[in-house]
Amino acid sequence: MASVRPRRPLPRAARWVIPMAPALFLLLAFFAGPILWTVWASLTNAALTGAQAAQTEFVGLDNFGELLSDPRFRTATLLTVVFLVGCVFGQTVLGLALALLLQNRNGAVRAVVGAIVVGAWVVPEVVAGFVWYAFLEREGTLNSVLAWFGAGPQNWLFTAPLLAVVLANIWKGTAFSMMTYSAGLSEVPEDLKEAARVDGASGFQVLWHVVIPLLRRTLATTLLLITLQTVQVFTLIFVMTSGGPGARSTTLPLLMYQEALRMGDLGYGTAIALALLVVAGLFSVVYVWMLRKEENR
Amino acid sequence: MSESPSGRVRAVVSAPSRAAGGFLAYLVLGVLAVLFLVPSLWMVFASVDPEPSLRAGPPSGFTLDHFTSIMTPEIVYRPIWNSILTCGGAAVITAVCSMLAAYPISRYNLRFKKPFLYTVLFATGLPVTAIMVPVYGMFVQANLLNSLVATTLFLAASTLPFGIWLTKNFIDGIPITLEEAAWVDGASAWQSIRYLVAPLLAPGLAVVAIFTLVTTWGNFFVPFILLTSPDKMPAAVRVFTFFGQYGSVRYGELAAYSLLYTVPVVVLYMAVSRALGGRFALGGAVKG
Repeated sequence: MASVRPRRPLPRAARWVIPMAPALFLLLAFFAGPILWTVWASLTNAALTGAQAAQTEFVGLDNFGELLSDPRFRTATLLTVVFLVGCVFGQTVLGLALALLLQNRNGAVRAVVGAIVVGAWVVPEVVAGFVWYAFLEREGTLNSVLAWFGAGPQNWLFTAPLLAVVLANIWKGTAFSMMTYSAGLSEVPEDLKEAARVDGASGFQVLWHVVIPLLRRTLATTLLLITLQTVQVFTLIFVMTSGGPGARSTTLPLLMYQEALRMGDLGYGTAIALALLVVAGLFSVVYVWMLRKEENR
Repeated sequence: MSESPSGRVRAVVSAPSRAAGGFLAYLVLGVLAVLFLVPSLWMVFASVDPEPSLRAGPPSGFTLDHFTSIMTPEIVYRPIWNSILTCGGAAVITAVCSMLAAYPISRYNLRFKKPFLYTVLFATGLPVTAIMVPVYGMFVQANLLNSLVATTLFLAASTLPFGIWLTKNFIDGIPITLEEAAWVDGASAWQSIRYLVAPLLAPGLAVVAIFTLVTTWGNFFVPFILLTSPDKMPAAVRVFTFFGQYGSVRYGELAAYSLLYTVPVVVLYMAVSRALGGRFALGGAVKG
């Protein structure tokens, strides 16, 4: 038995270095490494093929200059912002409404509605894309429903691509905010609401002046997390419209994919990746800062 | 104080309006539930409809032909096996590495503990999509492109920050006095981990593993970029190429394939939420 033999105690640092080594290796090699490489490559003219692939040169901030003067980048940024605002707004309002409506309902209703909404969230992104493609296509379900009201068929993915992907993403993401708001609502003390009601506050006033202020922190963290998830949505849009028609639903992740991997311009694509990382990183810092404040209270 | 009479009047007035509000709430909930359900009905109906279309409607009959016709090694078996290899591998690696890394963070007084934890938390917020371009460049240079092992390691790394965070919270929940008692009785640090912490942590690690499996199973972008040859494609990518090849004709088979690919994650998700007593929200877990 190994434990019988007297052993020299391990040096103090080994107690944590050895167990943490595998995790640290993976994180450094596949997470920190690529991010640092992103910063470097966005300053070069790295390419996948051709002469530039063999001879990568330092080009300074050229990629960023090119980026800012490129109308496609500006359009994509605008589309990303619209997509982001639409999704975050929709998911927050719907998620909060569902959480409020489901509060204090009987168990069966909660279970059924909850399962349906969460079902949309659990479905893999590719499948969510197919499902919404089938729903909005010219031959799809939406048009047959609208036909009852006398509306002519149209391919919604073509006439309103951005709205289509926003709706699909709200459908997929609402469960997340519903669940966090439900958890937050269950922590609002019942007697506070009761006291407000006794003082003559209407249901809406109780919601606005008592419940929402108490939910502030849950709201803030959820908004941040939704933003971080939404800014990187690629698969759903790629499956539904692949950025088209034209570039009318090409958000930044799609532009990044097209430039770096389809066209082989790694430097340009990496500059977009860095822009995304910086934006997400700022949100992430705020998120950590908020949790930390909570912990130190 | 005139509080009690007015209170009584209010109670009388508000009773019927409350009932109406309750009815309205159920109505709104019903409408929302239908709106959330309708898009996915297509997948279920078309998969068994002998004459499938893009329109979700009650099937004109019942057939399992769509399922049987896609059950070939090239379309289903091989991709599902690849998914099991990469996602299952990532789940095991994430669970093991998370446990090893989270134990010292939870138990020891380390100077870098707080900064490390905040860095891990920060990393959970970074978009994996944005890292894919540099990762692709790195895989090309290191000749790792189209390697199942390297893809598995990358998937594990991408879920590791969340795994460490979750596991650390689980270990925090195991009273340290149990271990101290074991040390007093002469157990080594390794023995106390092996015989005491590990069994108590097993359910938590299962949650971490299943969570990793669910997220990586649904991940399309990573294998789409990193695995190029058809025989290494996992189900997430294969179902998409199937859509590209036959999506505009073979609706029934596409629906059947989507259903086959979706059911495992739904089952796993239900298992986890059941295990955590129903009030499981991955979002809630993020909040720590």
